[in-house]
Amino acid sequence: MTEKPRVALFVTCLVDLFRPTVGFAAVKLLEDAGCAVEVPRLQSCCGQPAYNSGDRKSAQAIARTVIAAFAGFDYVVAPSGSCAGMIKVHYPALFADDRASADQARELADRTYELISFLVDVMKVERVTARYDGVATYHDSCSGLRELGVKSQPRQLLASVAGLTLKEMRDCEVCCGFGGTFAIKYGDISDKIVEEKTGNIRASGADTLLAGDMGCLLNMAGKLERAGDRTKVRHVAEVLAGVAAPALGEPGNGE
Amino acid sequence: MKPTSRAFKANARHALGDPNLQRAMVNLRTGFAERRAHAVAQLPEWEELREQAVAIKKDTLAHLDFYLEAFERNVIANDGQVHWCRDAAEANETVLAICRRLGAKTVTKGKSMIGEEMGVNDYLEANGITPVETDLGEYIIQIRHEPPSHIIAPAVHLVKEQIAQSFRETHRDLDATRPLNDSRQMCDEARAVLRPRFLAADVGITGANFLVAETGSSIIVTNEGNGDLTQTLPKAHIVLASLEKVVPTLEDAATILRLLARSATGQEFSSYTTVSTGPRRRDDADGPGEYHVVLLDNGRSALLGGEFEDMLRCIRCAACLNHCPVYRAIGGQSYGWVYPGPMGSVLTPSLIGIEQAGNLPNASTFCGQCESVCPMKIPLPKMMRHWRECEFQRHLPPPAYRLGLAVWGFFARRPALYRRIADVGARVLGYVGGGRGRFRALPVATGWTRTRDMPSPEGRSFMSLWAERQAQRKSR
Amino acid sequence: MNGSRDPILNSIRRSLKRGPLAPEAAAACESRLATHRRNLIPARARTLPLRGQLELFIKMAETVNATVARVKQANDAPAAIADYLSRLNLPSRLVRAPDPVLDALPWGERPLLETRRGVAEDSDPVGVTACFAAIAETGTLMLHSSAAGPTRNNFLPDTHIVVLRASQVVAAYEDGWDRLRAARRRDGGFAMPRTVNFITGPSRTADIEQKIELGAHGPRRLHIVLIDDGEAA
Repeated sequence: MTEKPRVALFVTCLVDLFRPTVGFAAVKLLEDAGCAVEVPRLQSCCGQPAYNSGDRKSAQAIARTVIAAFAGFDYVVAPSGSCAGMIKVHYPALFADDRASADQARELADRTYELISFLVDVMKVERVTARYDGVATYHDSCSGLRELGVKSQPRQLLASVAGLTLKEMRDCEVCCGFGGTFAIKYGDISDKIVEEKTGNIRASGADTLLAGDMGCLLNMAGKLERAGDRTKVRHVAEVLAGVAAPALGEPGNGE
Repeated sequence: MKPTSRAFKANARHALGDPNLQRAMVNLRTGFAERRAHAVAQLPEWEELREQAVAIKKDTLAHLDFYLEAFERNVIANDGQVHWCRDAAEANETVLAICRRLGAKTVTKGKSMIGEEMGVNDYLEANGITPVETDLGEYIIQIRHEPPSHIIAPAVHLVKEQIAQSFRETHRDLDATRPLNDSRQMCDEARAVLRPRFLAADVGITGANFLVAETGSSIIVTNEGNGDLTQTLPKAHIVLASLEKVVPTLEDAATILRLLARSATGQEFSSYTTVSTGPRRRDDADGPGEYHVVLLDNGRSALLGGEFEDMLRCIRCAACLNHCPVYRAIGGQSYGWVYPGPMGSVLTPSLIGIEQAGNLPNASTFCGQCESVCPMKIPLPKMMRHWRECEFQRHLPPPAYRLGLAVWGFFARRPALYRRIADVGARVLGYVGGGRGRFRALPVATGWTRTRDMPSPEGRSFMSLWAERQAQRKSR
Repeated sequence: MNGSRDPILNSIRRSLKRGPLAPEAAAACESRLATHRRNLIPARARTLPLRGQLELFIKMAETVNATVARVKQANDAPAAIADYLSRLNLPSRLVRAPDPVLDALPWGERPLLETRRGVAEDSDPVGVTACFAAIAETGTLMLHSSAAGPTRNNFLPDTHIVVLRASQVVAAYEDGWDRLRAARRRDGGFAMPRTVNFITGPSRTADIEQKIELGAHGPRRLHIVLIDDGEAA
């Protein structure tokens, strides 16, 4: 009997703090795919805010805790292109001046994946059994798309969701304007960019917005809601796992 | 050109509120960006050409001294002159000396970003010589006394009503009742107004897209033909070029030229690609009597061998600008100096200092689209991040921001402690946001909540819920 | 030439952490210049036979708003030009470059066509030139300055008409350069002309709201009279 792959879930700080539903959806999808899922307790953040702010030392310190916490698992999977990208693409470069850590980082990077691409590319999942009645449009988060090549995999799985129609929006690959601290430091520019994005979402005719990154989702949901728009916003994992929690920003959250 | 990059945030705010600019910038997305995608799709060898172009430039930069000396040798062999200039001041003096010796009163100019860097127009004017921009976009901003907002299309930030008004205010000897409603009429008017200036000019100044070491040639790429009239008709042709423009051979130039127009405007090749070598030959029917190449350093040699060396591969196609969501939102003048967009965010701090230009590499989401469309595969986000590291080490970011980061970092690298704080924090945020589903205001994040809601958290951290679930499973 | 030459070269070497190039490295660079090896050339034109290249050239030129008229022999060119001008209601007077190729043509055949031979002036509405080669890859004409080819004749007139023989069509820019090198060999290298113009369609601009307009400062019209006389290159 072949052993189940041991997968460690990298929850991501935004999922942990804002939307545990996504974490549970990820666990369900991974278990349905035949994985044994564990969640190392000593995880916090991938270090990207520090890294992108130029604080290399803090980023390295945080990365070392991640390397330690996720040692020994077959795979590390995150429901986020930007966190998975940070580990997979940037951790090795982060330790350019420390050979030992660089080797460990590379070793971790080799077994780290974004959730949907892990399901399709590694576990060879071809379809899901969930149902979702609605018209959805999918936003391609930048890191997932350009750092990790996540593009066709979510669409492939969404195509198997009963009742769901996928409508592509114009410029689905253009940034939503989140960019981590950018959205706070340059809030007015970020707002203009997300305004473009929400215009495209509305024009697509979809009633649901999906993406694979919480940062993007919070940003786009916040803009839609301020405009009084009723588009439902969810992490793609929720729909694929068939979870029924209230959508992002809807009343019922926080109770 | 005097930088206003310090005022980036104010510049950007102004741009965001400018309805003409916002209307004009929509054209960029459907224009250059879509056409580029189409052109690239037509060329199956695109990726391989990019690789070869990168290799050509890397080899050139590693032997830059050799290729510049070879270039100079061949310019001289064809009766041209090379003037090595360390900085803008030296370059301006050199240009002025040539113009004075020839008794020049007016000078026509093809578009040159190096000329902008030098501030050569203002310098010539201050010394009694009239520079006339001939590229239509450059002419428009010259008569409006504005800096260019885009490397290829300097007037992209303007709508046609603004241009028409400027034409009316400047071309006062034309019939005031004439119609100027569309680009055709304005183009014809500019052609008619500028033709006599071309013919009267004593000296013609162009930039250079490339310098070719093999033959001692300069190459300019235009669509209007203004660069050709500028360099052919007057007594002298002056080329303004920075050191890194050189490539080894005509074949190397051909390779990179295949990437240039496609990346810039989506054309397969520009209307006019002109290779100039020396002054007119003895038997030639026309051409300038003198050929001068002003070879400008102005900080380039210092970039070699360092973290920003890859920036020297830039061929000024502006693809990164055209695809950047930040550039498209705020336009080029917000960046405050010659070079806007992603390439400007990397290059400007190198040339005018990070203290002045600090905002530029920070105003990026790191979406990575710039790097993916760059024909020369320049790792722009990586270099912007490196600028952020330089700033962080020099304590340039605002104290409140540094504190916030430090607090976050303190907890993030101590996962056990982070855990306790996070579990509490999630409950608090959930309670405060409770029931309504979103925050309309968040004191620490007004940059966000001024224009967006913040969806409220579910009220428990994942990790605490997971711990509970695992405990329940064990107890079964 | 001036005082900053050495400081700049020294600054370059300092950044590259070395002195002047060692002899072997310098020889490698010299060799690179001397052999001017071709890099990758797109297959588009390269893999076509001559007739295919001709058809590709015409197609690409027309895509960029040049017009092409085919004639069977050189002597048909003046008549084709006169017809073109009258069909478009353009003035029937032209300046032709002082080129032997054009001198040999029977301009007198159409008495209503006024021709002047020489360097173009601002008042010339139509200019006729020969050219050196044509690049099939992108529908590009290759012209260069000489006694027979004033550069301004390509730019001053509103309408630019180029007389091209089929045998002048080559696949890629690199083929054009090789032909030029061969035609102008001179002790060890070749004599570059003052100006080499690669012309792809008429003058244009998109500087006003990104709308493309033809005829910015250069010619509004580019017309190619192609002599398809079946001769080999």
